[in-house]
Amino acid sequence: MSENSPKAPRWAIWLPLALFAGFVALVGYNIARPASRDVPSRLIGQPLPAFDLPAVAEGRPGLSRSHMTDGKPRLLNLFASWCIPCAAESPQLAALAAQGAEIDGIAVRDHKDDLAAFLARNGNPYTRIGGDDVSAVQMAIGSSGVPETFVIDGKGIIRYQHIGDVRPEDVPLLLQKLREAGQ
Amino acid sequence: MKRLLLILALGLASPMQADDTMPPAPYAYRQLDNAQLEAKAQALMVTIRCLTCQSQSIADSDASLAGDMRNQIRQRIAAGEDPEAIRAWLIARYGDYITYAPRVTAITWPLFAAPLLLLALAGLLLRRRFKGEAS
Repeated sequence: MSENSPKAPRWAIWLPLALFAGFVALVGYNIARPASRDVPSRLIGQPLPAFDLPAVAEGRPGLSRSHMTDGKPRLLNLFASWCIPCAAESPQLAALAAQGAEIDGIAVRDHKDDLAAFLARNGNPYTRIGGDDVSAVQMAIGSSGVPETFVIDGKGIIRYQHIGDVRPEDVPLLLQKLREAGQ
Repeated sequence: MKRLLLILALGLASPMQADDTMPPAPYAYRQLDNAQLEAKAQALMVTIRCLTCQSQSIADSDASLAGDMRNQIRQRIAAGEDPEAIRAWLIARYGDYITYAPRVTAITWPLFAAPLLLLALAGLLLRRRFKGEAS
């Protein structure tokens, strides 16, 4: 350095240590706080993409976008017979249906006989069930797993997404989102 | 004898399956016949995050959703779609998290600008220093 460069103040010697301590604190904070692994869909507020899924369950017609634009808000539940949390949320879906929610289902990568056994065991709250054998509709709506539950308004706009199984404490919120979607 | 029985029991026990039994989608594990198109698909697939195993790419993952994504990507590329258009389609649904290829956005631009700024600063400091020595 040239002679006329100003001398650093004495406390500056602690700066690197303070920087390091700050770094450790940041890392520690983020390690202690469990990060969310959820990947939310970016299509909230956007219309459902066009799709047409075949019927896969006895007595339940298939599901297409046109069924979801009849003016009535509804729940769209992605599930599968091979998914254990999907069985765990069935009492909550039954409760939602009992309180007037219309629930359409998309069965992801499911066999008809497995699905029939699943519905016989856990109940069938669905109005319609479409089979999504290559997860195409799941990808098209930005869903990253099962179970997931979307609130769709009467015009087919996605209003809300619930990731993971519906727990008893989630039921009032989903009913509220359905009411909001109906306004 | 007891130990042998235990080992036998271990072999007979079936682990609880939490995965589907559907056969993989047509192009989940099958390459495209056209090598050029397959290379294009592969280049995209190694930069798309698997949503089930979130530190893997869909090219590395055996999760069924990753298989279905490979299937869709291969079929769309075979149909003539541009890989970057497919990436944009996925980002529109899952956000930047789905792609491993960094993008310059309103949030990420400092990451790209900072090295350039630091280089410029270093250059400036060095110039002053060399000038000081010359005089």
